[in-house]
This record gives sequence, structure tokens and C-alpha cells, in this order.
Amino acid sequence: MRRLEILDGGMFTTVQDLGRVSYQRFGVAVSGAMDPFALRAANRLAGNPDSAAALEITMTGPELRVSADAVLAVTGADMAPQLDGRPIRMWVSVAVSAGAVLSFAGLRSGMRAYVAIDGGIDVPVVLGSRSTSTRAALGGFEGRALRAGDVLPIGELRTHFAEALCHKPSPPLPPRRGVPRQSIPVYTHDHIVRVVLGPQDDAFTDAALQTFQTAVYTMTAQSDRIGCRFQGPALSHRESADIVSDGTTLGSIQVSGDGMPIVLMADRGTTGGYTKIATVISVDLARLAQAVPGDRARFQVVSLDDAHRLLRTEQEVLDAIGSAGPGRTAGVPDQVFDEDSGAPLAASAWTDLADAIDLTSRKERHDDAR
Amino acid sequence: MDVAPRILIAGDRALVVEYGRAIDEATNRRVRALTSALAARAVAGVVELVPTYASAMVHYDPTVTTPAALQEAILEADRHLDDVALPPSRLIEVPTVYGGRFGPDLDAVAVETGLSPREVIEIHHGRDYLVYMMGFMAGFPYLGGLSPRIAVPRLPSPRTKVPAGTVGIALEQTGIYPTDSPGGWRLIGWTPLRIFDATHDPPVLFEAGDRIRFVPMTEAEARQHAPA
Repeated sequence: MRRLEILDGGMFTTVQDLGRVSYQRFGVAVSGAMDPFALRAANRLAGNPDSAAALEITMTGPELRVSADAVLAVTGADMAPQLDGRPIRMWVSVAVSAGAVLSFAGLRSGMRAYVAIDGGIDVPVVLGSRSTSTRAALGGFEGRALRAGDVLPIGELRTHFAEALCHKPSPPLPPRRGVPRQSIPVYTHDHIVRVVLGPQDDAFTDAALQTFQTAVYTMTAQSDRIGCRFQGPALSHRESADIVSDGTTLGSIQVSGDGMPIVLMADRGTTGGYTKIATVISVDLARLAQAVPGDRARFQVVSLDDAHRLLRTEQEVLDAIGSAGPGRTAGVPDQVFDEDSGAPLAASAWTDLADAIDLTSRKERHDDAR
Repeated sequence: MDVAPRILIAGDRALVVEYGRAIDEATNRRVRALTSALAARAVAGVVELVPTYASAMVHYDPTVTTPAALQEAILEADRHLDDVALPPSRLIEVPTVYGGRFGPDLDAVAVETGLSPREVIEIHHGRDYLVYMMGFMAGFPYLGGLSPRIAVPRLPSPRTKVPAGTVGIALEQTGIYPTDSPGGWRLIGWTPLRIFDATHDPPVLFEAGDRIRFVPMTEAEARQHAPA
């Protein structure tokens, strides 16, 4: 079995996937990746379905050894990833050999990085997900953040893409998938966070609604996977900050009695008793996941139609990276981009990839026949 | 006839169907009837339904459905709410050890309410409680309807660790901590029942719509009643 050996856990590294859905009515937190875009991109670059589990790394990187040949991808925050001490690029597929050590030199931008490995991190599925909920000590690796000495199993299901990329002595063309440069997010310290008003915007004064859309809020150090907390001009309620507890969703902006907005994130409680002035749109959750304490944010109201249109555009960006499809079907070769120009590679490269796939298939048939 | 619910927008992946803004059994029943009806209809694009006190959150996949289509499906289900047969409400007995090390706040609650500890216990277990909703943390039941005679405020500063199974009260609510966690409610008892277990599906002992009856017992009786 392929394994990922943790030599150093880093500050806070957890196993995450797209989250634990279908159990919110029992109070089970969704958890999952804080930056679902970066997670999905990493999975596609590693040849995985979007739902595969990967590592979420916070601020300082871990050190890991890969026990067997594998395809890795590092996305999200730039922590200067290195393979055996040599810098590697982010947002591309990287073939690594057995025994290679992945480490991180230091945080350069953003807050959370993702490491996907082909086959996915194969910790047990708990209530439909491999995500870690440290609050409930549930899922992931023993329900907690990783530390030195932990050994994570890697899924056995290998794609032709991954096998072709790990082909020895050297991988045939094309070398890897990549996210085109123009689609790679740039993490800054000033954020425009787009929101849709509601569900309790009517609980706020007109002045508060005005302030909410114009003032600059600063993210505080109390922010975590439960919520991004902001400091700035207080938002006044017409009557009360309290409501009869109702449901929360990823991006709900809760305002309690002190008038300060908290954007509820992956580990939020499923219900809450405070008014929610607005909800961050899905495509802007990544911005918040990558914000660091001290960053400034301004909330901008958009329409629900705009939010859905932006979501479709994001999906197109992900689809351009490559299929999120399941396992061992060869199918049509995925789009491959030149990592420097961001341009799609020439058609001749497809033939080479197809040959590589065919090679692996033959090898498999041979193995099966044994 | 009941008025149609208000449908509120909660971002680009969820709607809130609001039947009211107060805690009462009739409103809560409509919320649960709606989520049952929508679940039975298997409405395309609905990802998850979360009933709460007076509203339901409908999580949806915007690549599969639109808010307009969803709104129509919700209102259609609402028009036939009276025909919905809710799953039968179960009465679940919770063996409870009151006071002592299991309920460290019982004596203080008695002092604050001018009752004896025995009276607090009798008032607490003297009625059945509806599970209005679950939330806050995995497996936590929101039980409304605590007698105002034993309604006391939360602790000024929460305890850092409340053991799993502890029975607490705060204002006109009572509840059971499903797992070890910080908590600010006043602790009056404990049950050996495992009310949340992630290795089971569903992972909870009771669901919204069930009723809970606290049954006072000695520690030995309770442990026998609910082997760990």
C-alpha cells in the first residue's frame, strides 16, 4: 500500500475533502476544505475526482515522505514548496519518486495550501466524508491535526493519467496538467468580498446596511476554520441581534450583539441564534480562506444571478484543468496546458499521451494475466 | 388556512423557508412536515434539508436547479402540507442520574429558584420534551418547554469541559451534551446513553420530532438500563 509519512505536522495540517453533507440535520458540521476551489484544482491536477481527500495546510508547511511513485499537486497559498530541497512549481501536476520528501520553505502569500496525491488520502470515510472535524474529533486522521509519526494510506485507485506520469525511466509527453496562469488566484491583503443580502438583512437599520457595504473591515487573529472574524464600524440591529436558531450555510455573515461581522466557514455549527445580514457568494469563499489576520475587506452586494453566473465561470476554469472523472477509463485525453504560456499544448501531444496510456494498459493486462 | 411561508435567500446555495419567528409546536410541526414532503418528493437539485425551530434551510446545487424552480417546488409541497404523514414521534426514555458529581449545579439552581433539589428534579423530569431541532454540535437536541419555575440563566463563563451525556438547563431549554465539549449551561444530571455515535447511521439516538422523557435513577440502575 502506498503511504504518506508525516515527518513534521506543520502548524495545523488536516485531511479534508468537499465536506460532510447530509448530516447537518443531526447537527454534524460540514467541515471540508476552506478553499474548495484550490482543493478541486489540486485534485484535478493529480488526476483525482473533486471529492478526493487531500491535505489542507495552514500557514506553516508540514514535511512529508511519499512511500511510492505518485503524482502530487500543490495549490492554494504559496508556502514555497520543495521536493527533496528543490523548489517545485505550484498549480501543476508533479510526478514524484518513491522516498521523495515534500517540504515548505515558508509562507509567501495566502493562508492555506492544498496537497493532493493521486488516489487520494484514504483515511476511513466517516458519515460520508473523509474531512477532519477537530471540534468533534471526527473523520480525517483520528479526528485531529497531523503530527510527526503519522502514516496516511494513499488510495489504490490509480488513473491512467497518474500511471503515465509516473512512467519510468522518464514520463512520456505530455508531462503534466497545469492551471493556466490567468486562472491562478493572486492572494493580496485587500479583498472585495461579494455577497448576496439576507436572510436577515431586514433585522438591520438602513444605516447599518449602508455601512456594511461601504466600510472597510479588518480580519482579526481570532479567525479560524469556524469563522473569519472582522473588526470595523458596528452594524446596528433594528431591535435585536438574537433570532430563534435557524440554519447556517458556508459564508453566512453573522452579526451578534457587538455589531461585528463573522463569516461562517467550514467548521461552523449547523445552526445559530444570531442574525445573518448577508452571505458570501461561493466563488469568493476562497478569498476569505486565503486571508490572513490584518487583511482588509470590503463587502460588495451582488445579485443572486451574478453569483450563479460567476459560479459557472469557475466551473469552466476547473473543467479546463482536466477531467475530475473516476478511475481507470482512458477516454478522451485531458486538455493539457503549457505551464509557462498557459496555452493549450499542440495536438501532437495528445497522440503521445494516448500512446502512454496504451502502454500502461498493456502493462496492466500483463499484470492481470499473472 | 395557514399562510404560505416566506422564502428567504441565504447565499447562492441555500434558501430559508420561514414559517414563523417563535418557538411553538404547531410552527415546528409545519417545518418538519415540509422537510418530510420535500425529501419524499426527491426534488432535483436539493442537497440537504435542515429543519430548525421555525424554518427549514434548503441547501441546493445551483448547477442542477434554480431558485425559481426550487421556490415553486417548495410552495407546491407547502400547499399539500396537511396531507403529509410525519414519521411517528417516538418517546425515548433517558435514564438520568441527578445531582452530586453528575449534576454539579443542581444545588445552586435550587437555591436560585427557591426550591429544594428534589423539587428541581421532579419539575425537570415531570414532563416530556419535544426535540424541536438538532444543531450547535453533532447530536445536540434542542428541547423546548422547560418549566419557567426552574429557568435559570447560563453560567457567566462557560466550563471548558462538560462530559458527554451531561444534562443541562438554560433559560427555558434543556439539553444533553452529546460529546465532551465546552459548555455554559447549568448541569443538573447525567445519562450513560450514547446520544451521538459516528459509527452508526443515523449517528443520533433521536431526531427532530421525537419526545424525550428523563427518568431519574441511581447510577447503578442507569448503567444497567443503558450499558455503555
